[in-house]
Amino acid sequence: MSTVINTQEEMRPPEPPGFKTWVRKNLFNSWLNSLLTIISLVLIYLVISGLVRWILTQADWEPVLKFPFLYLVGQYPRDQLWRVGLLLAIYSLMVGMSWRKWSGIMRVLSLTYAGFFVVLAFWPAPIPSLDLWMRAALLANLGIIALGYLIGGINRITPRILLIAWVFSLVISLLLLYGTPMLGILTVVSTNLWGGLLVTLLLAIGAIVLSFPLGVMLALGRRSSLPIIRIICTIFIEAIRGVPLISILFLFSLIMPLFLPTGMRIDRLMRALIGMTIFSSAYTAENVRGGLAAIPYGQTEAAKALGHSNFQITALIVLPQALRVVIPPIVGQFISLFKDTTLASGVAVLELLAVGRSILNSEPEYIGLQMEVYAFIAVVFWILSFMMSHASRHLESSLGVGER
Amino acid sequence: MNEQIDEQLPIIVAQDVHKWFGDFHALKGIDLEVNKGEVVVIFGPSGSGKSTFIRTLNRLEEHQQGRIIVDGIELSHDVRNIEKIRMETGMVFQQFNLFPHLSVLSNVTLAPIWVRKWKKQEAEEIGMELLERVGIPEQAQKYPGQLSGGQQQRVAIARALAMQPKIMLFDEPTSALDPEMIKEVLDVMIKLAESGMTMVVVTHEMGFARGVADRMYFFDEGLIVESGTPHEIFHDPQEDRTKLFLSQILKN
Repeated sequence: MSTVINTQEEMRPPEPPGFKTWVRKNLFNSWLNSLLTIISLVLIYLVISGLVRWILTQADWEPVLKFPFLYLVGQYPRDQLWRVGLLLAIYSLMVGMSWRKWSGIMRVLSLTYAGFFVVLAFWPAPIPSLDLWMRAALLANLGIIALGYLIGGINRITPRILLIAWVFSLVISLLLLYGTPMLGILTVVSTNLWGGLLVTLLLAIGAIVLSFPLGVMLALGRRSSLPIIRIICTIFIEAIRGVPLISILFLFSLIMPLFLPTGMRIDRLMRALIGMTIFSSAYTAENVRGGLAAIPYGQTEAAKALGHSNFQITALIVLPQALRVVIPPIVGQFISLFKDTTLASGVAVLELLAVGRSILNSEPEYIGLQMEVYAFIAVVFWILSFMMSHASRHLESSLGVGER
Repeated sequence: MNEQIDEQLPIIVAQDVHKWFGDFHALKGIDLEVNKGEVVVIFGPSGSGKSTFIRTLNRLEEHQQGRIIVDGIELSHDVRNIEKIRMETGMVFQQFNLFPHLSVLSNVTLAPIWVRKWKKQEAEEIGMELLERVGIPEQAQKYPGQLSGGQQQRVAIARALAMQPKIMLFDEPTSALDPEMIKEVLDVMIKLAESGMTMVVVTHEMGFARGVADRMYFFDEGLIVESGTPHEIFHDPQEDRTKLFLSQILKN
């Protein structure tokens, strides 16, 4: 045995090459590659320096800097902003606890969330409603995140409890934002006043959370042995997938009210949310169906032989494996759904892009500043989309996708 | 069930069992009985219907004609009967078919917890005992993908035993294994046979058959060509097809 260990010690892998060797081997190994390297460097320099010059000296950021609250919450009454603040504080606590519990997957998300408060607290423009107190309150959220991080260390708080708390806080959010018409504790803030990032996130999260179970049920229904269920699900899925999202949104916002009994009204935001949920569920269903088909039939047979019922076979054996397989395509679909929330501006929902457009139209001197506003909105979308795909990659590796 | 009847009647009765796949007549009238505690080996060339037959015994395949009675319950379209029989029969597959998303121990305890409704702790204690019996208690927290083929098949045996079945069905349990792993699985099966378990085994492992089988059935083209004790089959086969097949597999 000892000789074996000795030879292992002697046989070490070759040292990785140093930086100079690496550069020579990969970037300058022939005159053509050297030329390409130099041209690329020049191009990169031109693009980046041009971009930096535009951002710092040429661009006029006034339509972005002057209206942080419009971008964030739209026309949400400024005297009720504390409700949004309370909401953010609740999420700060949740984010902090989740960071401690699910470190890998939450680290980047938590840091980005914390970064949001820093950016807003040091917002580089004087805003009347963003006074010193509010800036301090925003920074205090960093403390709340840290507090959550400490609380998350308590063993009694299991991941399951945390998950329930997340679902619970989603419900609380809606009550807090909308108000409690029956109880009368909080005044009702009509959703017509909601806007900006708040509405974008609400549409995206709402549609994702609601369409996922619906999509799974449709996928199972499409594989059902009962012909009626199978046909209904297939027709539903194929009909929705054959139609562009914008036309579904129009359908729901213009035509749906005609079918409702007089006096009953579903507000704009809700109609858009229903449309997006239904659209997304059809795509989720097809993704999940692919995952279901990838599970070998031997799994079902083994479960049958053990005496499991059909429901147990689906819930305990086939579905968990199928969902694991389809995480990457489903997250991809949710990212595009998140970006598709901008289409809701077509049915008069004031999401982030619509807020940007209305700011541009509000003052004649903002004509010609589209570039700045749209670039800002694009960066916000990019950060959030990147976080989603980052989270999905972590989820894949922690669930061991591909290691079967 | 009435204990006395259990003792007298064969635990598995198959009478004139027929099965078609489309137009293909896979089973052409199988008559076979297994008594309690017996070990029965079924062998034959591929496509002879031996796997199809063993799979009709717990209704993974439906037979279209004839009768199958397991533990006094006739297999029919009655779902409750099928569920009862599946609870009393364990099955081990050629491809193991472990659940890859669950730990080894959870593979073993899943059915006792959800089908037999045992408490989790109780199921885990019995699951660990079974893993010890098949010789791999130290792998309990690993996932099937981290185990060798022989270890996976032993987990599959433990998983089937966890339901405390009266009958164990083995469908070519060693055919997908590397040669050096066949023995560890056969050893577990031999111990199981010696403990008095009723077993129906589809296999080409003639050493196993010679050692523990009470009866052997030679299948070809959907029919039982010949049956007898291992001694009769190996030393005095009556049919030419049996002789030919035995000479082919014993040469290897």
